[in-house]
Amino acid sequence: MSERSFTYVGTRPIRHDGLDKVTGRANFGADFALPGMLYGHIVRSPHAHARILAIDTSAAEAMPGVKAVLTGREIPKTDAKIMMAEGGFDLGDMGDNLLAHDKALYQGHAVAAVAATSPEIARAAAERVVVTYERLAPVMNVDQAMAADAPILHEDLVTKGKPLPDAPKRTNVAMRMELRRGDIDKGFAESDLIVEHTFTTPMVHQGYIEPHACVARVGEDGQIVVWASTQGQFIVRDACAGILGVDAAKIKVIPSEIGGGFGGKIPVYLEPIAIVLARKAQRPVKLVMSRDDVFKASGPTSGTRVRMKIGVKQDGTIVAASASLYYEAGAYRGSPAGAGAMCCLASYKVPNFFIEAYDIVVNRPKVAAYRAPGSPSSTFATESVLDEIAHRLGLDPIELRLKNAASEGDQAPYGPKYGPIGLAQVLESAKNHPHWKAPLGPNQGRGIACGFWFNAGFNSSAVVSLSGDGSATVVTGNPDIGGTRVAQALMVSEELGIPVERVRPTVADTDSIGYNDLTGGSRVCYATGMAVIKAADDVRDQLRARAATIWNVKPEQVRWDAGRAVLVEGAGDQPPLTLNELAAKMAHTGGPIVGRAAVNPPMAGPGFAVNICDLEVDKETGVSRVTRFTAIQDVGKAIHPSFVEGQMQGGAAQGIGWALNEEYIYDEEGLMQNAGFLDYRMPVASDLPMIDTVIVEVPNPLHPYGVRGVGEVPIVPPLAAVANAMRDATGIRFTDLPLSPPRVLEALGHD
Amino acid sequence: MARIFFSSGLAPYTGGVESIDIDAPRVEELLRAVRERFPALTESLALMSIAVDGVIHQHPDYVSLDANSEVHLVPRISGGA
Repeated sequence: MSERSFTYVGTRPIRHDGLDKVTGRANFGADFALPGMLYGHIVRSPHAHARILAIDTSAAEAMPGVKAVLTGREIPKTDAKIMMAEGGFDLGDMGDNLLAHDKALYQGHAVAAVAATSPEIARAAAERVVVTYERLAPVMNVDQAMAADAPILHEDLVTKGKPLPDAPKRTNVAMRMELRRGDIDKGFAESDLIVEHTFTTPMVHQGYIEPHACVARVGEDGQIVVWASTQGQFIVRDACAGILGVDAAKIKVIPSEIGGGFGGKIPVYLEPIAIVLARKAQRPVKLVMSRDDVFKASGPTSGTRVRMKIGVKQDGTIVAASASLYYEAGAYRGSPAGAGAMCCLASYKVPNFFIEAYDIVVNRPKVAAYRAPGSPSSTFATESVLDEIAHRLGLDPIELRLKNAASEGDQAPYGPKYGPIGLAQVLESAKNHPHWKAPLGPNQGRGIACGFWFNAGFNSSAVVSLSGDGSATVVTGNPDIGGTRVAQALMVSEELGIPVERVRPTVADTDSIGYNDLTGGSRVCYATGMAVIKAADDVRDQLRARAATIWNVKPEQVRWDAGRAVLVEGAGDQPPLTLNELAAKMAHTGGPIVGRAAVNPPMAGPGFAVNICDLEVDKETGVSRVTRFTAIQDVGKAIHPSFVEGQMQGGAAQGIGWALNEEYIYDEEGLMQNAGFLDYRMPVASDLPMIDTVIVEVPNPLHPYGVRGVGEVPIVPPLAAVANAMRDATGIRFTDLPLSPPRVLEALGHD
Repeated sequence: MARIFFSSGLAPYTGGVESIDIDAPRVEELLRAVRERFPALTESLALMSIAVDGVIHQHPDYVSLDANSEVHLVPRISGGA
């Protein structure tokens, strides 16, 4: 790909939505209200696993102020599926997750809903809904779920993929897959050193600040409007339409600003319930989750167990690997086990490997996507074993990785050959970074780890319109989580040659722009950006045509140069026409100038990152603290470097939390013990050092600017980078996360 | 002719065949030929994305192939949705 020079792309203007967000004026999900609006409250299961024998709503319905009560019977059962972005949605499971039909499958599973004239009445009415349960034994982890006598969550569950020949028919295993290449027996036989460990990672939550919230209004004519905090307004629309059996054209979804999602705001949890309540009550209904609800009843990511075995030659060359991945799906099938399998060896050339992955249902909330879903847990295993190999062979851990690093033309473990990728470049950047050579203090250790993610493509639409004064608007359909508005405005600036302050970016509702897949999969700057560039190019082509009209020449005799229409050589000697001049003459040359584009590009292609982590351990208390952290990543091309760095820092912070403190804690009954930020310990600013970033740019040939995607890879390496630093500081290989003080103290031999 | 590769995991459905060459203008025609030759693969194909010359397509039917195209079947990436 030839190097292109940019005028606006790569600069750091203030984001258009920045002032509203830092002054509190921006409207998030729970901010919205309508006249006559009712307040909803969800009745949730107190049990982890229970059959619903009866629901008596009469006392709740009799309360003054109660306008509607709803149970699962009024959410139609469906076997419909919709394919969207990173995987499909089983709307039957999603509908049962919204309001349980027959069984409560986890603590917090919604079983009924109430709408009333005040939140207090709604809450009181919810307490008067009488649910009769038959309690069942809970299945809380993969070992319990795969035991021979395990209680079965779904009697009709069938193991998809490649079940083992002797696998039982009644099962909690929703899927088993295999990846293999070469001859692993021969590979291990030829290895000089084999290291094998079993690793576990806990179920963790994305921890977005803003809880799920929505308002729904249903007109007498059946027209539905939903205001929601979501990563994809079109997904909310289509999921509601599919679950409720309503034509998508009857539903308009207006996205609010979004206070974080990280994958967790892709599924619907509230919106169909709010619609049905609003339809029954004939008044708008608002539903807002509490933090307790968010932890217990939205979608965290899988707890996992991974056995990883790697064999190497004396010089560190990887000869063989085998891995077994067991991922908790939560209450319904659909963990990211398959993605974990495809990612765990993706950074390296491995001639012989066997990977098996299991998707297993347990009595926990159904998992949702969480940044590079599946990759952090399996990569934690790979990168920890490689670190152990480096220690045992006395090799530099970066050199070990460079020796085995995948590069262009190598075959990925999931099949195809890599195009241009930047793993070697990020490793070289790490090797040459001052951090790697800096001295360590007492009780400190240093760890390094690599990470991989695919980066998605998928459907996007964009419209760019020119105003009479030469400014422009760009309309897309992706909620702005990480600074995508300003990135899209920068692309319009680049194509049209106007300052970014003269471009107004807007995130539109489902009636106001063509279909867009969700904000996720690291896809918005890549795929929606591609649509924006094409729409801006459409405007540019129309401007050339308008100049041709003015000059009375053919459009192909006009070229666009630095924001001006210019006649090609030999076509005449008219002075150039600026964009402003052409915009002012729009009405005279054909009317408004509107550019549009819709794309469905292929997957963007691999992104790789390397993290360097310094950790200091207090060996008397077991408390550890990250003292220095450097995140290095190949992003292809950084459109707005500040927001690229922000993504890298955010992913690192979340990964550090996953490594050190975060975990869902359940008691023996399957009841969560830490559903709040006081007890579920996420890192806050004072816990972390400034996270240094290094942006590496190996252009992606699939994108006009080389964009590769950035948002997910940053969370992949930190788990192992932290654990490897702990190994360096203590001499102990920790295989179970989080590295919380009690666990560290126990390993150090304290009571 | 385009060459389509079958991973070891798909070997039971192809009788151990690791790759075949097929004269097909697009992925749609290539997959039709594959299904005709290996009917047991049909169910697995429904769960796969298609990579053409290293690029993964979620909706590949009308992607063009050339004489040297390499096609791989890639497990569909599911993000815990």
